Amino acid sequence: MELIAVKNLSAWFGEFQALKNISLVAERHEVVALIGPSGCGKSTFVRCLNRLHEEVPGGHLQGEVWLDGQNIYAPGVDPVNVRRGVGMVFQKPNPFPGMSIFENVSVGLRLAGISKRAVLAEKVEQALRQAVLWDEVKDVLKRPGTSLSGGQQQRLCIARALAVEPPVILMDEPTSALDPISTAKIEELIQELKERVTVVIVTHNMQQAARISDRTAFFLLGELVEYGKTDQVFTQPQDERTERYITGRFG
Amino acid sequence: MFERISLRRRLVNQLMLGLLFAGAILAAVPFFFISWYVLQKGLGALSVEFFTQTPVGPGQQGGGMANAIVGSSIMLTLASLLGIPWGMAAGIYLSEYGRGKTAQTLRFAVDLLTSVPSIVVGIFIYGVIVIHFGFSAYAGGAALAVIMIPIVARSTEEILKLTPQHIREAGLGLGLPRWRVILRIVLPGSRAALLTGVMLALARVAGETAPLLFTALGNQFFSHSLSEPTSSLPVQIYNFAKSGYPDMEAMAWGGALVLVLFVFIINLVTRALMGMRWN
Repeated sequence: MELIAVKNLSAWFGEFQALKNISLVAERHEVVALIGPSGCGKSTFVRCLNRLHEEVPGGHLQGEVWLDGQNIYAPGVDPVNVRRGVGMVFQKPNPFPGMSIFENVSVGLRLAGISKRAVLAEKVEQALRQAVLWDEVKDVLKRPGTSLSGGQQQRLCIARALAVEPPVILMDEPTSALDPISTAKIEELIQELKERVTVVIVTHNMQQAARISDRTAFFLLGELVEYGKTDQVFTQPQDERTERYITGRFG
Repeated sequence: MFERISLRRRLVNQLMLGLLFAGAILAAVPFFFISWYVLQKGLGALSVEFFTQTPVGPGQQGGGMANAIVGSSIMLTLASLLGIPWGMAAGIYLSEYGRGKTAQTLRFAVDLLTSVPSIVVGIFIYGVIVIHFGFSAYAGGAALAVIMIPIVARSTEEILKLTPQHIREAGLGLGLPRWRVILRIVLPGSRAALLTGVMLALARVAGETAPLLFTALGNQFFSHSLSEPTSSLPVQIYNFAKSGYPDMEAMAWGGALVLVLFVFIINLVTRALMGMRWN
């Protein structure tokens, strides 16, 4: 069974409809890239996958999102529980201020009820290794997370999301605030993460989508114009609008 | 090549710069005058007795303002116990939950309360507490708290709003409930700034005289309980300064110096805290 199944999802900010009747499925161990011009709804879409959209004033939606066989919008589902099972990485690196590197990664674990020092230390190391940050920070775990460089901070945020071992990680333009070297590291990292999790990544960079994703979704004005295997979307787009966008002949 | 800057432009530039500098100097001058004057006049009155004894009558030797210092400390403590949690709760609500019309109205009301003259706050507490229970440290503390609450509330709100939204979302995205995001991420992240706001509110009310005249009244001796009229530094200074007796006026200067030093110290500590790394 597919890991993520979105059915007829529409989302609004107050009166404004940001997503129009989106349906999409993603399998386990896939990287799904969401591309499209600014304001096309791709960020809103990922924020619907962990029920973050409803935290925005005026944010509401219709439709179903099935995650691992469960509709996360079914009545009675606690959004807090949904979010514990879905990792999220944001555009700007945002380690928690006033927390050390160690604390940043262990916050989610503590929340999940783990309090044994040894277990925490082991899981934190594991997450930092998966985020390819361990070697750089293993001696300075007590330093504030905000003392790291931008690229390191973003990998710290990825480690923070990985620590609780969620099956899905959402990334909202995770490299747009980073330099090319940090970007390359994170792209490499995403390829490795695929073995453990499904990654849904919003990107403005089409080369990035082509490099790292298995499937690509093209959004335009709140609609899902095209969704398919990445090579297919980039080499033989089915929709004329997709072709115009990926060849840079849009608007 | 580039033309030289004309003489006129250079002169106007110098003139304007000079005017701005003079403005800055003039703004700071009263501070130096006050400090110097209070130090000069008040230092002579300070002695061990000043901090350990209660006032004596006119013409008598010795005596101090110990009861006023203790009374002020008690009322500032009462005001803090009431005003800081209350004000912070209001600030947290306005920053983290306050949306829509109700919050707008509340915010506006808090702003207005900040600008209500403190003597009016004194009369208000007189009307609701003193009339029924008499003059007391409780009433004085309550009056100071009413002045503190809006200051703490607004500074808390402004400080918390500086925390970027995406930091909160990172917490929510991790599965922290909103109250834990506030308690574990937003508040600790700005604790130095929050403390500053609280300290400045405390410094502000430490010198309030008018609201205490109507509520704590004043006392020539130590109070036996919090429900009795209680002495405070500002009110004692006020009473002594208008007494007409030279030794009492000297006492008042001593009290003024202690008060000014207290407020300075709060400000200095606050600055030190602001500069401190909290990790």
